[in-house]
Amino acid sequence: MTAIADHGVRANSLVDEFQLGLDAPICLTWELTYACNLSCTHCLSSSGRRDPRELTTAECKIIIDELERMQVFYVNIGGGEPTVRPDFWELLDYAIAHHVGVKFSTNGVKITPAVAARLAATDYVDVQISLDGATREVNDAVRGAGSYDLALRAMQNLADAGMRNFKISVVGTRHNVSQLDDFAAIADRYGAQLRITRLRPSGRGADVWDELHPTSDQQRELYDWLVANGESVLTGDSFFHLAAYGDPLPGLNLCGAGRVVCLIDPVGDVYACPFTIHNDFLAGNVREPGGFAEVWRTSDLFLDLRRPQTGGACASCSAYDSCRGGCMAAKFFTGLPLDGPDPECVKDHGVAALGAADRAAAPRPSLDHSHRTRPTAVPVSIAPRPPAGWTPACNDDPLAGFALS
Amino acid sequence: MSTDLTGQRFDLDGAWQLHPQVSIRPERFGALLYHFGTRRLSFVKNAVLRDVVVALGCEPTARAALASCNVAAVDVPVITRALAGLAASSMICERAA
Ligand code: SF4
Ligand code: SF4
Repeated sequence: MTAIADHGVRANSLVDEFQLGLDAPICLTWELTYACNLSCTHCLSSSGRRDPRELTTAECKIIIDELERMQVFYVNIGGGEPTVRPDFWELLDYAIAHHVGVKFSTNGVKITPAVAARLAATDYVDVQISLDGATREVNDAVRGAGSYDLALRAMQNLADAGMRNFKISVVGTRHNVSQLDDFAAIADRYGAQLRITRLRPSGRGADVWDELHPTSDQQRELYDWLVANGESVLTGDSFFHLAAYGDPLPGLNLCGAGRVVCLIDPVGDVYACPFTIHNDFLAGNVREPGGFAEVWRTSDLFLDLRRPQTGGACASCSAYDSCRGGCMAAKFFTGLPLDGPDPECVKDHGVAALGAADRAAAPRPSLDHSHRTRPTAVPVSIAPRPPAGWTPACNDDPLAGFALS
Repeated sequence: MSTDLTGQRFDLDGAWQLHPQVSIRPERFGALLYHFGTRRLSFVKNAVLRDVVVALGCEPTARAALASCNVAAVDVPVITRALAGLAASSMICERAA
């Protein structure tokens, strides 16, 4: 008989296990299209126009078959605006039939009452409506005129259809951190769950990050609010750098890039995470022989990410065990060394590092599918004026819907 | 994280099974469980418990499942606590015997 020293179920060494990588992702983000009806200033994938090399319906189904074989529990589908793909509903049904759960992020454009009724009827689908302001002014300044009404109409349709606990997905910015209670009230009104993620300087987010990312006082406010609200608000891996204030937040407190999550983009390129669309984080393409599984299991980049990391300049920090130096993407796109502090380090080492960094030389996203002109009316707004050429809809954090029990 | 299971009861003589909405994935450290209804992930930290969880559905009682996996007497309390935790989060559920 085997005697086991360990406790049967334990969550505290999860981070260490995950850091070494898994044979298959727990979940992954799959951006089905770069096409989008909106032009959000902070779009992490610089979306707008469809890429002509987009994966076909048949190719998407092959990926779903593979995810089923690998027992990936669910995919976070985003874009672009995924519902503008004509085969979106077909792919959704196919994934469900193949036991791959789907959470998809949308600006709400296609969530009609009929669609809402259909979504409410299955456990295998979850919906995230993006909303970046609790008021029309704050939201539309970032997401474009009309986007607030679009999102609220979708929420009403979902609530009317009896869909419970769908997600309202908020990217925390300088202009909405003061609205956290209002967001919670909106979520309550529609029977939804609030999900707050971090603004990262990825995609078009790089252009607006300096003006939009929360100030250090606001970070503290956000942290205290999240601690007070506990597990009722989802944050995924967004705010583990804030754990350096004290207690870790619920959720997954590590960077899962290439270890437990990754991104498949609309043309089949596999990146370490949705916030790292850059050649340095490109692991391979699903169209290569061996498909997605081969990329996940054997790419040099992913194997490298799964090796034990050194703390670099953070190693001597008392908060390193919980913060682990923060978000790789945030460092990369602000031109900071990957083994040093996060640009939003709560011990203020990020401020110094940003001052020392050559910001102009920071890496730029490798792709840009932004609309060449803004497709929606010019926002009537306050807040930072959107820079010319901004585009669409996404803030998809791979693990933001993720709750550990 | 509700993994402190002290004080929770678990009926070892009942018939149990993996919840029908739960998917279990073997891992080098044990297994991951994902519940499609609650959308929660759980983590089983050793192979013995994983085997017990899988065996629940084909044995008449949880006790029989423990026996079929050769669980040492000294480990029964630990495994039982773990099962109680999984039951509390609906990862496993009772079934008609
Ligand atoms: S790089 Fe940042 S966004 Fe990507 S998985 Fe790591 S912590 Fe999350
Ligand atoms: S110095 Fe590094 S580990 Fe310490 S709080 Fe800042 S980012 Fe986190």
